[in-house]
Formats: sequence, structure tokens, C-alpha cells
Amino acid sequence: MKKYILDLRVVAVEHPREGYALLKLTNDEGALPEMVPGQFVEVKVDKTEGVFLRRPISINRICREANELWLLVHAVGEGTRTLYNMQAGDTLNCVLPLGNGFTTTHPAGNKVLLVGGGVGTAPLLAYGEYLKERGVQPSFLLGGRSAKDLLQLDLFEQVGPVYITTEDASLGEKGFVTQHSVLEAEHFDAISTCGPKPMMMAVARYAHAKGITCEASLENLMACGLGACLCCVEKNHEGHNVCVCKEGPVFNTEQLQWQN
Amino acid sequence: MAKLGVNIGKLSLKNPVMTASGTFGYGLEFADFIDLNELGGFIVKGTTLNPREGNDYPRMAETPSGMLNCVGLQNKGVDHFCKEIYPQLEHLDTNVIVNVSGSTLEDYVECASRINALPHVPAIELNISCPNVKAGGMAFGVTPEGAASVVKAVRQAYDKTLIVKLSPNVTSIADIAKAVEAEGADSVSLINTLMGMSIDIERRKSRLSIGTGGLSGPCVKPVALRMVWQVAQAVNIPIVGLGGIMNATDAIEFIMAGATAIEIGTANFIDPAVTIKVVNGINEWLDNHGVKDVNDIVGCLEV
Repeated sequence: MKKYILDLRVVAVEHPREGYALLKLTNDEGALPEMVPGQFVEVKVDKTEGVFLRRPISINRICREANELWLLVHAVGEGTRTLYNMQAGDTLNCVLPLGNGFTTTHPAGNKVLLVGGGVGTAPLLAYGEYLKERGVQPSFLLGGRSAKDLLQLDLFEQVGPVYITTEDASLGEKGFVTQHSVLEAEHFDAISTCGPKPMMMAVARYAHAKGITCEASLENLMACGLGACLCCVEKNHEGHNVCVCKEGPVFNTEQLQWQN
Repeated sequence: MAKLGVNIGKLSLKNPVMTASGTFGYGLEFADFIDLNELGGFIVKGTTLNPREGNDYPRMAETPSGMLNCVGLQNKGVDHFCKEIYPQLEHLDTNVIVNVSGSTLEDYVECASRINALPHVPAIELNISCPNVKAGGMAFGVTPEGAASVVKAVRQAYDKTLIVKLSPNVTSIADIAKAVEAEGADSVSLINTLMGMSIDIERRKSRLSIGTGGLSGPCVKPVALRMVWQVAQAVNIPIVGLGGIMNATDAIEFIMAGATAIEIGTANFIDPAVTIKVVNGINEWLDNHGVKDVNDIVGCLEV
């Protein structure tokens, strides 16, 4: 898929929860490039002391009719705080689309479970919509420490069934995503997951034990996003270092050393 | 339009702008953003005789105006380059230069001689300055004797343009440059990264898996510029300058300090199209100042 450097205009900024910003971007020069859920964008953070590199942000939603690209940002450091404070009308320089997205070949009618934690739920919205449009049945299993860590639930509910766990029992079932009762009650043909690494590894172990295909989207620390700097490596099943930005960020978990 | 062509040994560059090894992949990663043929040349990632996995993750830490890396020369080996990568590059109308690294003299020589057999690779950049590998790498590059020994051995096996990449992690870079010039190097490129550290105080651990890493980006530019200027006083062979170049102004500073050509490294991560902007910016500056030929400003600095 051809990559571009584009100045995208911020159409609107919403704050779905404290500390999170949803940036709705558009391209004034034409249609947004072809891209698929699970790919990501390297955004340039301007005028921020201490920030030198771009920040990789996953694609939260692709709205073709409105020519909008949504990025969901969790303000955790200087760079993401600058993004959090952006205003409608600002310009964001983006390199996109980067990496390989989630599986696009599930047969219609298949049931796919999308498991997310924290801000890692962001790309699952785009993916769920993508699957639904193609007749695949997405369900969402979303986890957080508390109800306030769960984002965009209203949008997820428009796409498919939503199952929730929180560690403090403030919403859904108490515990971790891998403890939710839906995993026993229902059968899924495949799982895709994005969130904290320990969560994704637990999901991968569950899928491995059940013999279900599982893919995970990683967010290793990276510089270029293009496969040039070789900083964001993860060990694959053969023990080789592979770039998350170029070979991933979405990997079949059997291709990683996550089974132990 | 000023004349932008420069020569490095037997190598003719259509303009002085190249890319630094390890920051530009095999060039192909950037082909969506720029026309590779508009570059003076590009230097592909560090290549060794045998495949190397490199160091463990984490390999990168952002710093004020720069970054640290400890990739450790991850690459699939010279035979993989010759069989899988070279066929994708040989048709290009620019100089494809291979950065050659090794752990022993024999490795350097064998790797260089296999690259010597590729008709469309007109030069190598001998890396005697990688700070992130235990054996070899920078160990050869920190003494004049060590540097001379690698260049002497490789010179016998390699008859095209030989550029030697120097480490800044030395007491006198000019002495190292003189030593490699005496052994027949056609050019020196400098600087490789400066060794540095970054510590996560909450975890009381280094942010890099091997503790230290190489610093690059605009934060190293003043050091790099000073070293290019010092080496320019010490040797007669052409110099390739690099270290924190972000734009045409930076590039012209290096040229005035004594560099015949320049390499752009870390800036490629921030703007994948920066190289072409620097080519155009140099041309524009020359035109605006009535300079007909970029060679007229090489080493023009008066102190």
C-alpha cells in the first residue's frame, strides 16, 4: 500500500474521557489514502520541548463518506499531551498508512472476537466496522481497570455485542478479559487483540489452548515506522528479530514467542 | 541552477547529498516518498559477512533533540544482500554504497570482496566505528593502528572507492583520519554516533538493553561539525560529513567546514522526504548567493 506524507486538518477534537483526545482529521487535498484497520500513522508533534521523534498512533476509525480519519490519543507524555491539546483547524503532519493491518480474509458469517484493553481498544473499532461491512460477525471483549478506562462504548455497541470486564467491578464482570464468561459460553472462529502486552499474551495463551487463530497488534517503541531504523523489534517464533512497524504491528501470535 | 556534482575518489555524485547507513534501510523503504535517483547516493544498512540478530529490545531512547540507539548491526549477511537486495537496486541511477562492518579483519575483507563483485555498487563505507557491538566495530576505530590495520587489509581486496567511517569516541579523530589516508582510503566519513546513556529513574535501569547506545540527531551537530573541520585540516582526501543534519543550512555548514559530500541520517525518521528538500535547498542557496559550483564552497570556512 503506497505511503504518503500528508498535512491533515483537524476537523474536531473530542475528549471521550479525561486524559483522552479523539482527533478527527481530514485531507483537504483529496480523498484519504487507501488504508486498512490495524495500520498506523506516524504523527509529527510540533513545538514540544523534549519531543524529537514522531509518535505512532493506531487508526481508530476510517469514515470514507466524511473523508475522515480518527486517531484516539491517551495523554501520557509530553508528545501525547501536545496532541491532546490540539484544536479544530490545526494541522497534523502524518506519514501513513504504515505497517500491516488485521486479517481481511475472514469468510462472511464467521464470528470474530476483538479483545481490547485501555486505549488499545482504539483500532478494534475500525476493524469491527470493517468486518461488519463484509458480513463477518464481530464481538467485542473490552477490559479496563475501571469503567472510566473504557472508551467509545456507544460506538462499539452499534457494531456488535460488547462484553466488558473491569478490575474494580465498576462495569461488566469483575476481573481480566480472559476471565469473562463469554469465552466459555460462545464459540469464536478467530480472535484479534490490542492492548497492554500482558493482556495480549494471556489472550494468545487462551487462543492457543483452544486452537483458535489469534492475532495481536503490538506497540513497541519505534523511531521511523518504516522498517529502516530497526529499533522496534520483537522476537519471532524462529528467534529472529522482526520490526513491529514493518512486519507488524499485527502478528499471528503463533509467529511470536508468546506460548510459554 | 548551480553545478551540484562532486567527486569522492572515483565516485561521481550528481549532488552532495547521501543518506547515512542504518537510517535509510535499503532505500526501497523510502521510494514512496522520494525519487531515489535524485540523490547523490545512499548508503545501505551495515552489512556483515554472517547474519547478525543485533541486540535485544529496547534499542532506542529519545533524547532532547536526538535519539540513542543500540541496534547492534542487525542484518541478514552479505550473501542475502547480494542475492535478495542488490537485484532490486542495481537498475537505479544513483550511487548505491554498502556500509561494511565486521568483528575480525578476515570478516571485513571477505565481506568487502563479495561486495567488490557487484558491478553497480561503486563504493563501500567501511564501518570501523559502530559503538553497539562487542567485538570489532568501534574497537578497530579508536586507535590509529587499529584503523590502519583494517583499511590496509580491505584495500588489498577492494579496488573501488573506499570510504572509511570514523568514530567520534576518540581523543584525536584527525590522527585516525591520517592513519586511514596513509593506508589508501579514498575518503573518510564522519561522524558515527557518540556513545551515550539514558536512565529510567523509576525502574533504576538503562532505557537501552545493553546499557549504552549511540547518540544521533541535531544534538550532535556541533561536535560533528568541529570534527569535520579538524579532519579537513589534517587530510587531503575528500570528507563526507554527517551528524545531525536536518536541513540545507546544516548541510552547507558541513560543506563549508570541509565536507565534499554529506549524509543525512536521523532526519529521515522525522521527514522521510528530507533528502530531496536538502538537495533543493543547497541549490537554492547557491543560486541566491551567486555561487556557480558547490565545490567552490567546500572548506571555504575562514577562522
